[in-house]
Amino acid sequence: MNLLSLTAVELGKKIKAHEVTVEEATRAALDAIHKKEDKINSFVTVDEEGALARAKEVQKGIDDGTYTGPLAGVPVAIKDNMCTKGLLTTCSSKILYNFLPTYTAEAVINLEKAGAVIIGKTNMDEFAMGSTTETSAFGATKNPWNTEHVPGGSSGGSCAAVAAEECYYALGSDTGGSIRQPSSFCGVTGIKPTYGTVSRYGLIAYGSSLDQIGPVAKDVTDCATILEIITSYDKKDSTSVKREDTDFTSALVDDVKGMKIGIPRDYLGEGLDPEVKDAILAAAKKLEEKGAIVEEFDLSLVEYAIPAYYVIAAAEASSNLARFDGVKYGYRTEQYEGLHNMYKKSRSEGFGPEVKRRIMLGSFVLSSGYYDAYYLKALRTKALIKQAFDKAFAKYDVIIGPAAPTTAPKLGESLSDPLKMYLGDVYTVSVNLAGLPGITVPCGQDSKGLPIGLQLIGDCFKEKNIIRAAYSFEQTREYKHSPVAEA
Amino acid sequence: MTKEYETVIGLEVHVELATKTKIFCACSTAFGSAPNTHTCPVCTGMPGSLPVLNKKVVEYAMAVGVATNCEINQYSKFDRKNYFYPDNPQNYQISQLYLPICHDGGVEIETAAGKKTVGIHEIHMEEDAGKLVHDDWEDVSLVDYNRSGVPLIEIVSEPDMRSADEVIAYLEKLRMIIQYLGASDCKMQEGSMRADVNLSVREKGAEQFGTRTEMKNIGSFKAIARAIEAETARQIDIIESGEKVVQETRRWNDEQGYSYAMRSKEDAQDYRYFPEPDLVPIVISDEWLQQIKDNQPELRDEKLARYESEFGLPEYDAQILTSEKKLADLFEATTKLCEKPKKVSNWLMGETMRLLKEHEMDAADLKFSPANLAKLIEMTEAGTINGSVAKEVFEQIFASDVDPESYVEEHGLKSDNDEDALRATIEQIVKDNPQSVEDYHNGKEKAIGFLVGQTMKATKGKANPGIVNKILKEIL
Amino acid sequence: MANVISDETMEYVGILAKLELSDEEKEAAKKDMESMLDYIDKLNELDTSNVEPMSHVFPVKNVFREDVVENGDGGEETLANAPERRDRAFVVPMTVEG
Repeated sequence: MNLLSLTAVELGKKIKAHEVTVEEATRAALDAIHKKEDKINSFVTVDEEGALARAKEVQKGIDDGTYTGPLAGVPVAIKDNMCTKGLLTTCSSKILYNFLPTYTAEAVINLEKAGAVIIGKTNMDEFAMGSTTETSAFGATKNPWNTEHVPGGSSGGSCAAVAAEECYYALGSDTGGSIRQPSSFCGVTGIKPTYGTVSRYGLIAYGSSLDQIGPVAKDVTDCATILEIITSYDKKDSTSVKREDTDFTSALVDDVKGMKIGIPRDYLGEGLDPEVKDAILAAAKKLEEKGAIVEEFDLSLVEYAIPAYYVIAAAEASSNLARFDGVKYGYRTEQYEGLHNMYKKSRSEGFGPEVKRRIMLGSFVLSSGYYDAYYLKALRTKALIKQAFDKAFAKYDVIIGPAAPTTAPKLGESLSDPLKMYLGDVYTVSVNLAGLPGITVPCGQDSKGLPIGLQLIGDCFKEKNIIRAAYSFEQTREYKHSPVAEA
Repeated sequence: MTKEYETVIGLEVHVELATKTKIFCACSTAFGSAPNTHTCPVCTGMPGSLPVLNKKVVEYAMAVGVATNCEINQYSKFDRKNYFYPDNPQNYQISQLYLPICHDGGVEIETAAGKKTVGIHEIHMEEDAGKLVHDDWEDVSLVDYNRSGVPLIEIVSEPDMRSADEVIAYLEKLRMIIQYLGASDCKMQEGSMRADVNLSVREKGAEQFGTRTEMKNIGSFKAIARAIEAETARQIDIIESGEKVVQETRRWNDEQGYSYAMRSKEDAQDYRYFPEPDLVPIVISDEWLQQIKDNQPELRDEKLARYESEFGLPEYDAQILTSEKKLADLFEATTKLCEKPKKVSNWLMGETMRLLKEHEMDAADLKFSPANLAKLIEMTEAGTINGSVAKEVFEQIFASDVDPESYVEEHGLKSDNDEDALRATIEQIVKDNPQSVEDYHNGKEKAIGFLVGQTMKATKGKANPGIVNKILKEIL
Repeated sequence: MANVISDETMEYVGILAKLELSDEEKEAAKKDMESMLDYIDKLNELDTSNVEPMSHVFPVKNVFREDVVENGDGGEETLANAPERRDRAFVVPMTVEG
């Protein structure tokens, strides 16, 4: 039996039933990683020793009744921007090439409490800045469906690792689409929860007002289960929200009868690949057949989301990344003259081009004389975008659309034109600006065989709506394993 | 003909609040530990860490705002101030720019020039930076984050002061208010109160302000007075020579008595403030604000008036006793126990002040308990000990808070009040000193002093001089 | 309405951000910034005069800690990743001149 082809929940059941040991599950993942990493490069760090030791410990915990949850003993991969105590955490950047956190991110602690075995840290765009996982200082991750293509980003390592079946599930983070877009490109499922649902404590910040951690897995059931585990009110995160309706798995119901679903016309217009459009409309049709009321509507302001997003994200990033200065941790340049030279050289050598580009932009838009014109303008636009969604959710339970205008581009195609790359985020960034939950589920493939994802967006705190709709849609098709997974 | 100039001064006063923990994490604010002892991921800017606001900081800031007649912003937020420096681990300081917690207040000061109000533009909350120690030999600086994240309020005055006297009166006033609130000990020497001086000069009668300079972190009242004098002279020189004052930040070197510009290409002074996304707004309800107002302790001006009316103290006494919160607290607690306000006042203003001076201590450092001072006063009043013994005992109380009763007991210092025995002693002394008796009868009042002295000598100082006097007069 | 970023501006932003770009990088960064700003200027099409800037999406407020010490000696962990340390302190190039 190929354990890696199981979903996390399926494996969890087998472990609980003593059909599979935690160590077997862990070794299977490690073997898969050894076999596939040359091709995919989805990991920055694989913690073989730690994972095997932890597997024994968790097995004991399962046997003595300490760990009883659905994912006890199931190995997981963590995006490399979440702190893991004593385990290298780099954000795929040279500037953190040797950083060993002294504490573990709250979301990861929640997984550990549920009996997770961490097998390693996944590759990403440097500091989550990018849409292709090509800006990593440790080499690009490849798409398991076609290794000449990118896996998307920034959680490309997490999504590729799940699609390539190097692990059973993974955690990603989403600032402007970084879970939903690579999930779409890799043919897996990923959720970006409502802002404040999963603690950001220990998540190395990119855009603090936009960042959320979320699950990446093979199906909706896994994602709902994982999200239920990682969700917690955390008093260490002031933006953490106390929620009561976090029994997300209760929404795993195959029933959309009477559910009102809107498709923004603005999401289907110019720039959208016809094959992607067809797949989305076909998915909408399926939901309609199942009893949902589906209609097109005008969301408005879609074209303003990207400029507002890039101003806000770059501004916050320029400040969040100021701490990487060669003083307290990470990379310090070899030779320098005086303090400011040390700062400049350490940062210029430690950060890659995309990160530097966004820090420069962010510093500029906040600088004296420009703050009102750029930053405040972007915050006002954000308020308008939120209003547009509020209006839409007064009418619809769920909004659906593509997660990206195209399927995964070829490696090297995107970085040459940053603006074009940014435009690829058109369907995802507004969700972060408005703090909404979103999920991507596979809904088809293009003529090249690359996966297409369907994005479902819910109102704030209404994860259950999108989980139910996504789960219902998922029942209409089989999960497709990527060629690398099958190999 | 020389022109007359006027100095215009505004202050930015930083006060470290007396919280147990830092502003955004649960690390201790204690002094005197090894470098980086009181640190955690939050106050050292570790990747992924997040701040959570200490409620006590908000309450202290509100209390200071109320006491300085400020408006309280019932909707207040934090902003990030971005600049690179190694004492600032995140390379941004969490502060308040757009919606500070207090604004538009003021305090009344009094100097030789009269009374006036110094306006307070705003009070905001922020985090303190770490400490840098320089090693000239190795050409490096050492960074200690123990102070990083200690809560501060910054009190920004209006440019309402015109002399060093006014500046010092204003600082004294703030210190007194904040100490009375218990919000800070305001020790300039230890850095828990620091002032940046914004100063410009203009021709007397001019409407427009001149160009100002800012002098950073001056360490004492005396240094502030010197810095103001020097900077005023420097700016007048520049203007007189037909040049222009440059708006800049200067560092005052008190030992050498001059300031120098802190100019560097790398200090752009463009702080790129924006709302802190990791913290949520502070919304102060009417109830919360009222609760702070209701819990305001009695401040100095009120105390001063009450000491005169309730305890009948002379204004001079009341002034001195209320000049330090510690003295006022001691006075009130002791008076409550022995109900002799003037006696308590005398001990505090006399012996206590003398010993403080002798030991170069601050009133804040006083350690003795009101109960022991009260006992001492009772014992003296009852004649259990005499005045000189009382002083001797008080030194022990001052030094190590001894219980005067047991101390007197142990050291056999009780006054000898057995009148019959004393009378016998005195009769003997009268008999032994006929010359003095004769002098006394001849009208030399002073002679009695000699006889008292002899009696004290014979009783080893334990006799009560009042009683000795009385008996002597009866015998003679 | 094309934005033009001067070399001085690039230099200035480099000081703010503590980044030192090579001439080549600088040229590229300048072009990128110009085209990004042109694109961002699209926001000016929107009338936002009656809109309050929104920094937090939800009306969360008053998240506080009580003033209780919970952390012990964190020195070793704080210094564990230091590029250069001496005893219990981080070492940086001298911060004051002369």
